[in-house]
Amino acid sequence: MAANTNETMTINMGPQHPSTHGVLQLILELDGEIVVKATPHIGFLHRGIEKLSEHRTYHQIIPLTDRLDYLAPMSNNLGYVLAVEKLLGITDEIPERVQRIRVIMTELTRLKSHLVWLACHALDIGAMTVFLYCFRERECITDIYEKVSGARMTSNYFRVGGLADDLPDGLEGEIRTFAESIPAHVEEYEGLLTGNRIWQKRTVGVGEISAEAAIDIGITGPALRASGVDWDLRRDNPYCGYEDYEFEVPVRTGCDTFDRYRVRLDEMLQSAQIILQALDKLKPGPTLADCPKIVLPPKKDVVNNIESLIHHFKIVTAGFEPEPGEIYQSVEAPKGELGYYLISDGSSHPFRMKIRPPSFVNLQGLPQMVEGKLLADVVAVIGTLDIVLGEIDR
Amino acid sequence: MVMTPEVLTLSETPWLFTGVMLVKIAVAFVVTILIVAYATYAERKIIGRMQTRMGPTMTGPKGLLQPIADGLKLFFKEDIIPSQSHWFAFILAPMMILAPAFISISVIPFGGDLEFSYEGILYAVPMQIADLNIGVLFIVAMAGLGVYGIVLAGLASNSKYALLGGIRSTAQMISYELAVGLSIVAIFMLSETLSLRGIVAAQQLPLWGMESFSFIPNWYIFCQPLAFGLFVIGSMAEINRTPFDLPEAETELVSGFCTEYSAMKYALFFMAEYANMITVSAIATTLFLGGWGGPFYGWINFLLKVFSFMFFFIWIRATFPRLRYDQLMFLGWKIMLPLALANIVITGISILIWL
Repeated sequence: MAANTNETMTINMGPQHPSTHGVLQLILELDGEIVVKATPHIGFLHRGIEKLSEHRTYHQIIPLTDRLDYLAPMSNNLGYVLAVEKLLGITDEIPERVQRIRVIMTELTRLKSHLVWLACHALDIGAMTVFLYCFRERECITDIYEKVSGARMTSNYFRVGGLADDLPDGLEGEIRTFAESIPAHVEEYEGLLTGNRIWQKRTVGVGEISAEAAIDIGITGPALRASGVDWDLRRDNPYCGYEDYEFEVPVRTGCDTFDRYRVRLDEMLQSAQIILQALDKLKPGPTLADCPKIVLPPKKDVVNNIESLIHHFKIVTAGFEPEPGEIYQSVEAPKGELGYYLISDGSSHPFRMKIRPPSFVNLQGLPQMVEGKLLADVVAVIGTLDIVLGEIDR
Repeated sequence: MVMTPEVLTLSETPWLFTGVMLVKIAVAFVVTILIVAYATYAERKIIGRMQTRMGPTMTGPKGLLQPIADGLKLFFKEDIIPSQSHWFAFILAPMMILAPAFISISVIPFGGDLEFSYEGILYAVPMQIADLNIGVLFIVAMAGLGVYGIVLAGLASNSKYALLGGIRSTAQMISYELAVGLSIVAIFMLSETLSLRGIVAAQQLPLWGMESFSFIPNWYIFCQPLAFGLFVIGSMAEINRTPFDLPEAETELVSGFCTEYSAMKYALFFMAEYANMITVSAIATTLFLGGWGGPFYGWINFLLKVFSFMFFFIWIRATFPRLRYDQLMFLGWKIMLPLALANIVITGISILIWL
């Protein structure tokens, strides 16, 4: 046995494993319980979304974006429609009501994504009850999703130039009630976790990554802000009228799993604040931009007006054709910077669409965060990075 | 005429003694099995309520038949023995883990004497299968034996996750058994007996011999609170319950040592977990909470205390996250072991001074 002391054990963690959040495969080299080397293998969920996009009209791509980060579909929708609007040069023509509703829905999406993150993260570390508490609140958001878009997960709600439809009657009140209940719920989760000695032991000082290392890798989102870098696209590169809202960007300097947890919880409170502000500012108005060649006309006009009928026919069969050019548009998705790089060759479908998914970039921090740590920390770090494989593999 | 009851012995009334013994074994075994089955139901219901869920509702009235349905389902599942496993050890492991859990029940007194007359002679039967004079040692030994089942399961499966689970639980059980064993030592020092019956009898006296406060019994939880705490925490670690459920940490090791098990063998592991929970609750009741003593009739008190302990374990599971391996070892060796030793020293000094 003495001859074997230098040997390490290679263990295949995933793709079928309860806590790799989907189909992530980690090849772990273990010395006892200590991780010597961690190699993430990705690609088990590759569906070729970028390639598929090259053969679809711009409107037909929106449902594909739902399937990127399937825990935050509306943020993906938003990033994409903003990119196309920028490509078309109609960013300034988006009506105010559309902007407000987009903000409300994407902030609800952020809450939804963070709730799933907290649920799974806590469950990975062994706190089962938090999981069910979070899913109770997430259920309310899925109900709201269902009411606005008809789908509970793959929303496909935003359109180039506006929204699929206005908010249904009475939903504003429901969203307000929900947003007002968030602080109490966050307090409930904090009561179970923040002061808990075992929770602190499992998260403080685990998966540390310095600000420099995080910037070098390109980590964004809450993981970057927990390393002390004050960077949030909503404030630093505003879109959708985010400059109208008063909110704080939570920043902490612990660089560890515990501070990433705190940052995300604070973000949930801020999101609830933004939703309430947006609801206050929400006024009646059109939900589509006045761009007849891009936006589908109302059904009433299609059957009564020849011009609308032609537009409708053209948009549905051939789509619209932006000028040749290339643009990059990014949004602050719940997991970090979600970017769309679009190249148009003047045809009705993109020449190339490159997606910059936050999870993909953030995952690169995993090896240096877990090497030299214990096996149990791998699970905690996967949880704290908040990765979604649909977005990583695309 | 008041008759003093005769004690049943094997040499004087062999048939009667054997019959009574068999009845006691049957009753204790059946009751334990039933509690095991319904502990799973209770756990699911209680945790369900704590987590804003319903728990089982569909099978039978209020889901009461759920444990039986689960058992039947597992019984009819395909029993897979992995081709790379060591088949003999693989089959032996679940038995080795379940048997000690049930055997420990045999030395636990669950009530006072039961008197009955047979052929005109009054007999007294202790409500305990065997009153060993080394009862506590026997229990500690059996708890130690349970480790072999887990180690064997981990090794025989020939799977890396199972191996890690096996190694973890070996280390965990050995470290915590030490603290648990030492915490009990303080009890012997006070009771001056290793017989569990004797320990319970000692706890029926008034607290610290104060006759004026005779309504408070001399339960050892009052004079040994530290030992009690160490025992409860150590026991949670020994029976692999949250927050010490590392050997089967689902999110890290898939299912730990029972990853490769299926069907009834898998069920045996779960039965063992719950049987161990009952055993540990029963031991804690006997050693610290005065066994069957209390306001109701003997065994009712005993069961009430055991159930309260089990509720406590379930409650803990709904609340706490899981410790990490190194933190677990730290807690076991560097905090609990010194505390247990200090407790023995303090108890010894106190006995020298006041008794």
